[in-house]
Amino acid sequence: MRQSKGIAHHAPPPPTGPVPYDQEFSQVLLRDMLRIRRLEEKSAELYGAAKIRGFLHLYIGEEAVATGALHALTPEDNIVATYREHGHALLRGVPMGRIMAEMYGKKEGCARGRGGSMHLFDADARLFGGNAIVAGGLPVAVGLALADSMRGTGRVTACFFGDGAVAEGAFHESVNLAALWQLPVLFCCENNLYAMGTALECYESQPDLTAKAASYGVKALAVDGMDVVAVHEAVKAARTRIAAGQGPIFLEFKTYRFRAHSMFDAELYRHRDEVEEWKTRGPIHTFSARLKAEGKLDEAQFLALDREAEQEVEQAVEFAEAGEWEPVGDLLKDVYTPGGPA
Amino acid sequence: MSHMSYREALRRSLQEALRQDPRVFLMGEDVGRYGGTYAVSKGLLEEFGPERIRDTPLSELGFVGAGIGAALGGMRPIVEVMTVNFSLLALDQIVNTAALYRHMSGGQFSVPLVIRMATGAGRQVAAQHSHSFEGWYAHIPGIKILAPGTIEDARCMLAPALRDPDPVLLFEHTVLYNMEGEVPDECRVDISSARVRREGSDVTIITYGGSLPKALEAAETLAAEGIRAEVLDLRVLRPLDDATIMASVRKCRRAVVVDEGWRSGSLAAEVMARIVEQAFYDLDAPLARVCSEEVPIPYARHLEEAALPQPEKIVAAVRTMLGA
Repeated sequence: MRQSKGIAHHAPPPPTGPVPYDQEFSQVLLRDMLRIRRLEEKSAELYGAAKIRGFLHLYIGEEAVATGALHALTPEDNIVATYREHGHALLRGVPMGRIMAEMYGKKEGCARGRGGSMHLFDADARLFGGNAIVAGGLPVAVGLALADSMRGTGRVTACFFGDGAVAEGAFHESVNLAALWQLPVLFCCENNLYAMGTALECYESQPDLTAKAASYGVKALAVDGMDVVAVHEAVKAARTRIAAGQGPIFLEFKTYRFRAHSMFDAELYRHRDEVEEWKTRGPIHTFSARLKAEGKLDEAQFLALDREAEQEVEQAVEFAEAGEWEPVGDLLKDVYTPGGPA
Repeated sequence: MSHMSYREALRRSLQEALRQDPRVFLMGEDVGRYGGTYAVSKGLLEEFGPERIRDTPLSELGFVGAGIGAALGGMRPIVEVMTVNFSLLALDQIVNTAALYRHMSGGQFSVPLVIRMATGAGRQVAAQHSHSFEGWYAHIPGIKILAPGTIEDARCMLAPALRDPDPVLLFEHTVLYNMEGEVPDECRVDISSARVRREGSDVTIITYGGSLPKALEAAETLAAEGIRAEVLDLRVLRPLDDATIMASVRKCRRAVVVDEGWRSGSLAAEVMARIVEQAFYDLDAPLARVCSEEVPIPYARHLEEAALPQPEKIVAAVRTMLGA
């Protein structure tokens, strides 16, 4: 068993090799990681100020996964995400103000304040939640892909979930169905090594998660989830293959959550040195360093991108602050769809 | 009018839906090659092919969730869960996803899904295959619950259920599959109202699904004794049709609720509470109910019969109420 002190999970070596993108796209990836980071830092602060309540799960440290992945998908693709989905929603095009307003519980939120941090939805962005039952989104993703397969739309459904979901029956049922019916699903496992506070090797008899997906005959690959380039390349290749009708793919993004599981987590289950070691592999500064070394970024540009992100956050907070509370008279709205058959 | 069984009526409704709308497909365990566990989908594979009559693995959670996703993706899936007993394996998707998506998304995503399942006891299949959980499901906002207790409803409820933009659960009682009767050539039923199946004036027997024939039999027995019992078929367990229930209760001034669910926390309890809230001063006698005994349904025939609502128990409850 894991020792209670010391580093149980060492961070991988930093990414090497040239960044295979031009300056513009490289800076887009960096900008989007910064946007997620600044949005979430502000969210944590606003949680402390009691502006945001309920559960708040931060993605800080894992930004390379959503950023690399979502830039490899098309606007027509379907996204099914978890309760740690601020970044996915943001990069899917949900305005930051509407995300912040949702966390405030305001009517202007992307789910009219009915969902909160864990349930961000956007029909135009084809973002099907914000699902807060672990592995609950997987069967839904399989069904979306089934519809696309039957209708011949050419869409791909990308389903994000954590390592903890792999222990759920829903994972196994879903991967089996997707493989059996050769559906266009990209299973994106964000393996941050802990299911809430239980380490992977404390709950999985087979900690190699790709082996589980591979047992269903699904192509399964492990990817460095701290490297936005590795993520982007893997998802781009996987999407091409899936869209060509070659069946579902499972990608395991090895990543790390720098912050607590939620705002109620004393982090008794991992050593501080481990967190510090992984922070040295933070996706934003390692990518920035690579870009600088290649002459695709200088410090002034970095600061400008960061300032832009900060300004977007400020405006999002202003938007949320100015938002309205939905009248209590509308409480029962949207339990059922208006206009159903009598 | 056509003469057919409850099973055949269900099959015709599926066939009609599949013919009329290319978005409709049927998915579940043994619906295709086997012909349906209760032979409801027999012959449909031959007509519609394996894409639309889709056999699934034994993965209730997975394929019910896939039905939700397919509905979100523009299809009109009909998911068959073999029996209500196995629907417990899919409860998370039904309750946490199907029922919540519209509200939780601020009205952006409706789930136009129909889930059919067999329910009920009475065939000596013992405790794990004899549940009646319609009442549990009727507890949950965001879904609609239908319980066809007549051949006409078996033939006609599916079409409006498929037109409904929200998830609809349709419960088929296993003892009804072989029941035969007349069906009008044109369907004219809604999925919102209760229906009086036998007129009366002395007492309302309120029931649904598999207990409906038992209530009608009890009413016939009571009629021979000069007691005119009205039989009210709830048909739709969520949302309940309070207006029709209260109208009948106000007319008869007495009511017995018959429900195959266990007594504690049952749908019968909900119906009685509503009557007390809305029609208390119209009552001439305390309400009564006939439910299943609070025991897992046993295998032995005599014990199973004793555990379930029976016409004799309904007759006895009415006689007691009337002091007859």
